[in-house]
Amino acid sequence: MAFQLPRRGLAQILALIVILLIDRMVSSQFFDLRLQDGRLFGSLIDVFNRGAPVALLALGMVLVIATRGIDLSVGAVMAISGAIAASLADSHAWPVAVAVALGAGLLCGLWNGFLVAVLGIQPIVATLILMVAGRGVAQLITEGRIVTFTSPDLAWFGTGSALGIPAPVLIVAGTLLVTGLVVRGSALGLLIEAAGGNARASELSGVGIRLMIVAVYVWCSLCAALAGVIAAADIMGADANNAGLWLELDAILAVVIGGTSLFGGRFSLILAVCGALIIQAMNTGILLSGYPPEFNLVVKAAVVLVVLLLQSPRLSGLVANFRKARA
Amino acid sequence: MALKRILMGLALASAPFIAPVTAAQLTVGFSQIGSESGWRAAETTVSKGEAAKRSVNLKIADAQQKQENQIKAIRSFVAQGVDAIFLAPVVSTGWDAVLKEAKEAKIPVILLDRDIDPSGKDLYLTAVTSDSVHEGEVAGDWLAKTVGDKQCSIVELQGTVGASVAANRKKGFDTAIAKHANLKIVRSQTGDFTRAKGKEVMESFIKAEGGGKTICAVYAHNDDMMVGAIQAMKEAGLKPGKDILTVSIDAVPDIFKAMVAGEANATVELTPNMAGPALDALTAYKDKGTTPLKWIQTESKLYTAADDPQKAYDSKKGLGY
Repeated sequence: MAFQLPRRGLAQILALIVILLIDRMVSSQFFDLRLQDGRLFGSLIDVFNRGAPVALLALGMVLVIATRGIDLSVGAVMAISGAIAASLADSHAWPVAVAVALGAGLLCGLWNGFLVAVLGIQPIVATLILMVAGRGVAQLITEGRIVTFTSPDLAWFGTGSALGIPAPVLIVAGTLLVTGLVVRGSALGLLIEAAGGNARASELSGVGIRLMIVAVYVWCSLCAALAGVIAAADIMGADANNAGLWLELDAILAVVIGGTSLFGGRFSLILAVCGALIIQAMNTGILLSGYPPEFNLVVKAAVVLVVLLLQSPRLSGLVANFRKARA
Repeated sequence: MALKRILMGLALASAPFIAPVTAAQLTVGFSQIGSESGWRAAETTVSKGEAAKRSVNLKIADAQQKQENQIKAIRSFVAQGVDAIFLAPVVSTGWDAVLKEAKEAKIPVILLDRDIDPSGKDLYLTAVTSDSVHEGEVAGDWLAKTVGDKQCSIVELQGTVGASVAANRKKGFDTAIAKHANLKIVRSQTGDFTRAKGKEVMESFIKAEGGGKTICAVYAHNDDMMVGAIQAMKEAGLKPGKDILTVSIDAVPDIFKAMVAGEANATVELTPNMAGPALDALTAYKDKGTTPLKWIQTESKLYTAADDPQKAYDSKKGLGY
């Protein structure tokens, strides 16, 4: 859990602050907070609350990407776990519903890990299978309908709060803490980075790569399953057709904005979450701005481009050269 | 000779039966898009019911959202020599070749729910669809009538950007409220037709409009977004249906549930019964030779709390929405 903020990470944090300030310019009450039914209420809270599912996905995805893999199935896993949780919510106690949903996530992760680490299929292909099939599985569970539930216990995961902080935000914070402790509190993080940097070299130095990669995919799917429970709890229903749709791309984007290379190696958990918040701060800003919706994607693309350019080593090299030349 | 006489006799004896038998035993092939939404599933259920009511043998082929599957299904219906083909086209183009085959086999084709490119106009008998511009108008007219002369700021949850239904429902609503200077859309964003996005967008509308106090009504292009928006209003401490009026389109069961709870005001039905009018047109065409109009518009019925939402919910919840 090293919390040092070296050069790395400065760009992301600055970008987040700048986007939040732009949001404030767009909407004057952006930073206003009040308590509503014992829960903090305001646009800033929305950024954290709505960003929670992608932040969770990013927390799992960043480890997978650090091993030079990728997991395209997280959106589909969200749909499956949400469908299970919603179907069980009214007939079973909430721990059962959540446990079965997370159990399904575990199985999905084992499947992905098996295909990648044991059968040696390329991650993008291996997880594409579950991305396509998983949504079908979710639709089978819900029979193509939106399954609604009324249990307030499960709804807490989406709309509840503790000490005024919305439950999804607490869940992300908890997951970040646990992941950080496990990965950075031991040598595991280093080993994951080593495997991503050079799999063969780390294998030869005695790192049990296979099991580690399976574990990483399992963790990624578990995070996705948790995100699925939150998404279902939020609308008190499971929408298998739309839950988590295209969120795998947002998660990958969050990881990339967080400065982790798709070629594996060095990664940062906190910056991946920061990436997810940057995406959501942008989304919330667009919604508050009152621009016609046709602009949403263009604005989003432009901002992402700027954030990525800020991080580009070659660009900062160019800027430095330019300054030197002028001086 | 004897054989001939027997055959003649048989033919004569069976003659009275032939006509009613063919009329009663129409076989219709229905190429359905798939079950991508609850409405689609309900349409399939209702189609089966309507066919059974008229003792028509309805063969449904599920295309799983793929045009090539629909083309295959139509070819196989032609090969089986069905009496008519119902088609819910997944896209509007690329039907010319296969519909010509059906035409050459003298099998009438009726389009359900969606239209195809105008170039294929002579390749089908009629199209049974809803007018989504009109749906928006019905929603707008209801709001104008309910609000009266009061000033009213409306927020709009649009469907998916680029979807023709969304564009049409917006156009119809805009036309209806343009006649009333006191009605104005102050915010409009896409909620992608989903509950989750409807809720998220409504949350931001509420914050952008002073905690929702200045919003007088929400118009959503479908009920699912409205169900999400209702949750957002409740979580913000507002009373949907009282503080903020709601009007949306589709008439899915859950909006009636909200109506029973007093949290939704009005919905405009997109009827899942497209097969009923299609079968009626087909029977008239087969029995009396009446060529139907090229377009049969289904009714866009308005439901409010006065229309017994509990009963509507009960009748709709079993349809597979």
